[in-house]
Amino acid sequence: MRYLLMICADENWVGSMTPEEGSAMLAEYGTFMEEMGKRGVVQGGERLRPTSDATTVTVRNGEILASDGPFAETKEQMGGYYVVECKDLDEAIEVASKIPGARHGSIEVRPIWEM
Amino acid sequence: MTTDVESAIAQVFREEWGRVVATLIRRTGDWDVAEESAQDAFALAIVRWRRDGIPENPGGWLTTTAANRAIDRLRRAAKGKEKLREVAAMAHAEDPSDTDESGIADDRLRLIFTCCHPALPLDARVALTLRTLAGLTTGEIARAFLVSDSTMAKRLVRAKGKIAHAGIPYRVPPAHLLAERTQAVLGVIYLLFNEGYSASAGADLVRSGLCDEAIRLGRTLARLMPDEPEALGLLALMLLHDARRATRIDGAGDLVPLEEQDRTRWDAEAIADGLEVLDRALRRAQPGPYQAQAAIAACHATALDAVATDWVEIAALYGTLARMAPSPVVELNRAVAVAMADGPEAGLRLVEQLEASGALRGYRLLFATRADLLRRLDRRAEAATAYRCALDLTGNDAERRYLARRLAETSVQR
Repeated sequence: MRYLLMICADENWVGSMTPEEGSAMLAEYGTFMEEMGKRGVVQGGERLRPTSDATTVTVRNGEILASDGPFAETKEQMGGYYVVECKDLDEAIEVASKIPGARHGSIEVRPIWEM
Repeated sequence: MTTDVESAIAQVFREEWGRVVATLIRRTGDWDVAEESAQDAFALAIVRWRRDGIPENPGGWLTTTAANRAIDRLRRAAKGKEKLREVAAMAHAEDPSDTDESGIADDRLRLIFTCCHPALPLDARVALTLRTLAGLTTGEIARAFLVSDSTMAKRLVRAKGKIAHAGIPYRVPPAHLLAERTQAVLGVIYLLFNEGYSASAGADLVRSGLCDEAIRLGRTLARLMPDEPEALGLLALMLLHDARRATRIDGAGDLVPLEEQDRTRWDAEAIADGLEVLDRALRRAQPGPYQAQAAIAACHATALDAVATDWVEIAALYGTLARMAPSPVVELNRAVAVAMADGPEAGLRLVEQLEASGALRGYRLLFATRADLLRRLDRRAEAATAYRCALDLTGNDAERRYLARRLAETSVQR
């Protein structure tokens, strides 16, 4: 089964990291990817720019509306994601628990709706 | 004669429903088909067994009949060759008792671990367990939890949907997850028991049916997990509490506190059973919170009266429990035991520490306990105030009457 693992955290907290903390976090992600690379579970994943760089697009009556910011204001924002192929939810939970972001923010595990 | 067959069928239903459903879920992978086919098999059993008598192996008869029904259902629903081939493969599959990673094969164990998976909301875990393992109808579960039939039906549909869509595995968890998941299963069974034992809302204090179901599930789990002393501990705890069920409420429906209960009416058989189960658990020398609570219940169950109770031992056991599973409610119970062992003043000191910590703010039993200790110290005005606070916070009719009676006693002018 495929799952989307959404890495959510308070952007303000992420933004306030010192350069040392930032590179320590990147190193942790490097270690995570190395392990998952060996296991072959990760199909894709990216880090996202903060919601201050987000644009929300809607189309109403054929008219395109683009506005600044995220669709909904929330306490935690999605800062990155992985798409993983796992045997079942237990494995997806295990993989999610090893994402460094799980220790500060939270990981939402969403099964992918296979067509 | 008919009634004999009927009660025998009712008993077979209780014993076999969970097993039949659990096996069919494994073989079909479809929870609805499994339940519906099990229902068909039981309906057919009533007709056949009345006419021909009960077969030698009723469980086997039911599983085979239900499996045939399931194949019929799936065949009707299957479209395309690929699907039909799957169904055909299932039809020929002898029931293989394949073991999973943990080496435990019983389908009911797979079912209970799946129903109690932490990714499901707690109310859904409880409902699914009652529906699939215990065989209660959606309507019965709805009434037990004071929600409408449609709410409960939706809850069950949503939970089954999540199991399928999110890929919650149908298995006994592997070793590295087993301890944590076992706790989740025990938690669901204990919650069920507590719902039955002290309904927190409504006029009916003992919805005893839920207690019976919880004990039945506890027995099944203890049998399926013979190496898990906490499963035995939970079973012992439930049996020892349940033994007092008849005396907890008086003729007028009022709550009777432990020290005033008629101990000659406690269920001696259940107590003996509970003590034996607890003994088996303790012999494994792997202590746990359920065993500690069962040991406390055992102290009460074996005492001649409240005064003769070994309160020193109980206070020590609450101390042990507080170390294993820290909780302000456990601390409150320890305070009660200390009050009995060392006098109300010592207990009151602990209650006041708890109050100062703020951990139980607005908890009715904190006020009720404080009130009882003040009453015993003959500090009537303060006791009356505390009883009033407790009264404001309780939603249970029998408890309200008990507190009102105490309030009246402490408010009387001498």
